[in-house]
Amino acid sequence: MKTTEILVVGGGPAGLSAAIEAASLGCDVVLMDSDLKLGGQLIKQTHKFFGSREEFAGTRGFEIGNLLFDEVEKYKKEGKLEIFSNTTVTGYYKEDGIVSYTIGEETYDLIKPQRIVMATGAQEKRIAFPNNDLPGVYGAGAVQTLMNVYGVAPGEKVLMIGAGNIGLIVSYQLMQAGVKVAGIVEAMPRIGGYWVHAAKIRRLGVPIYLQHTITEALGDKVIEGAVIQEIDNTFKLVGEPMKIDCDTICMAIGLTPTCELLWSAGCEMKFVPQLCGYVARRDAMMRTSHPDIWVAGDAAGIEEASAAMVEGRIAGLAAAASLKPEGCQMLKEKSTDYLKRLENLRAGETGAKIRCGLEQVCCECWG
Amino acid sequence: MMNDNEKLFNSGILTEEKQEAVLPPMDLWEKKKNGLVVIECPQQIPCNPCHDSCPTGAIMAFENIIDIPRIDYEKCTGCGRCVARCPGLACFVVDLTWGEENEALMKLPHEMLPLPRAGDEVACLNRMGEEVHRGKVINVTEPWKDCTRVVHVSVPKDMIMKIRAVKVV
Ligand SMILES: Cc1cc2nc3c(=O)[nH]c(=O)nc-3n(C[C@H](O)[C@H](O)[C@H](O)COP(=O)(O)OP(=O)(O)OC[C@H]3O[C@@H](n4cnc5c(N)ncnc54)[C@H](O)[C@@H]3O)c2cc1C
Ligand code: SF4
Ligand code: SF4
Repeated sequence: MKTTEILVVGGGPAGLSAAIEAASLGCDVVLMDSDLKLGGQLIKQTHKFFGSREEFAGTRGFEIGNLLFDEVEKYKKEGKLEIFSNTTVTGYYKEDGIVSYTIGEETYDLIKPQRIVMATGAQEKRIAFPNNDLPGVYGAGAVQTLMNVYGVAPGEKVLMIGAGNIGLIVSYQLMQAGVKVAGIVEAMPRIGGYWVHAAKIRRLGVPIYLQHTITEALGDKVIEGAVIQEIDNTFKLVGEPMKIDCDTICMAIGLTPTCELLWSAGCEMKFVPQLCGYVARRDAMMRTSHPDIWVAGDAAGIEEASAAMVEGRIAGLAAAASLKPEGCQMLKEKSTDYLKRLENLRAGETGAKIRCGLEQVCCECWG
Repeated sequence: MMNDNEKLFNSGILTEEKQEAVLPPMDLWEKKKNGLVVIECPQQIPCNPCHDSCPTGAIMAFENIIDIPRIDYEKCTGCGRCVARCPGLACFVVDLTWGEENEALMKLPHEMLPLPRAGDEVACLNRMGEEVHRGKVINVTEPWKDCTRVVHVSVPKDMIMKIRAVKVV
């Protein structure tokens, strides 16, 4: 059976960063990602990122991916890092710490790692409304993949549900791809995403319907429109239903951490609404209650790529240092800086939710 | 219930009452060749490329990454680098010394196709996307060679607080 010192599950910004740090301490690292192309959410992001210079702010998401790939390439050449794309980790067996995976749809195999970093990212949420099973109703992730990875326009006129950052950004990217955005529907009395993202869409003429919800998709075989309606503070429908002309409905309701493997490993889990679902309890170095398993990125709570990269670096470094005593000094030095960066990213009004969520799952140290 | 101004602001439109906070001082503005920066970024978010991209230090260093940008207008040269770098497209440059008495030059970020070209007549849009003017494109630059363009467009002086985007027509 194949063995490795460190297995990283997921090749998004968190997983890539973890693999890079672990390899930099001299560990043998295997990284597996279920997609054909590494990079996770990053490869779909054509807009410029927020954050600070250390997290490549002002650079487009996919280009941040390229910067990480350059680092990965270096360790690959040195033989320290092995990459499996198109490879899905399907199980973790508590009894003996063995991990099962499939390459494509044919090959099934096992690997025994000494340490694991789970960086499996997130899944999209959906909402229920009549006809939401018609062709033309998509999640925002699917729209982005079609548009930005495969160059296919999802439709001609899109109604976006949700004015968080994803809804706002995907609306902007749709317009850049030449697709009309009929409007953005948001249940809350204010946009959930950054104000500047909303402003740049508004000035191109896209309406944002605050305190509205979608009540129905119209059409027989495909989407021919949608009905939206105002809601009050108790989410009760008020006012008159309004028909929106569109051929596509895109849901950007939110994400929830992908944590099945953490469950099967028996990690202590907790439901934390602020982190958008069940997440593993962890210490400051991102170690879960399972002594061989670390977690990082959206899988540890829905946040941003900027934070995912820093968490990945911490987790990769800490997992590696647990195998290489000489790495402990390095961990001490670097983690102080990394923790400071996380603190900065999570400061202020927009970080309040994350801080509150983390308080509920972070413990000092597992001892 | 929210009043109309709040509603607009909560959906991404700067309302009149919040405007003063972001305007450069008039006496300096009227004299400054190449213009001064106007930034509309009223919410604390973890972001600072405007400061990082400013070659003169006009956008002051952020004590904390979530600070709202603060500007030392004396140092601003109107170069437009922040305009092209800001991921929120929240920086604009307005040159009041340009052109005739009642004209001004606006340098606006642009990331949509088709691209405007110098000499084109373009639709000038307000914060709600309504066409409020047809202006002439004077120049189009790409300061960071990263596809974000800065469109220089001539507008009437009394429109500088209205126009925030252009569209090729
Ligand atoms: C529209 C949009 C705009 C965004 N804009 C910004 C922004 O401006 N700034 C910012 O900082 N962040 C932004 N983000 C957030 C950012 O993309 C995510 O927070 C970040 O990608 C999370 O990184 P991650 O590595 O944890 O997860 P992901 O990027 O989701 O990567 C997880 C990877 O794990 C793989 N995987 C999952 N399960 C398995 C398994 N069992 N086996 C193998 N592989 C598996 C997946 O295929 C995926 O490649 C945006 C997100 C979206 C959707
Ligand atoms: S226009 Fe130039 S000098 Fe003025 S704030 Fe922007 S980057 Fe700085
Ligand atoms: S770069 Fe733009 S969005 Fe970011 S803080 Fe500066 S002005 Fe605001």
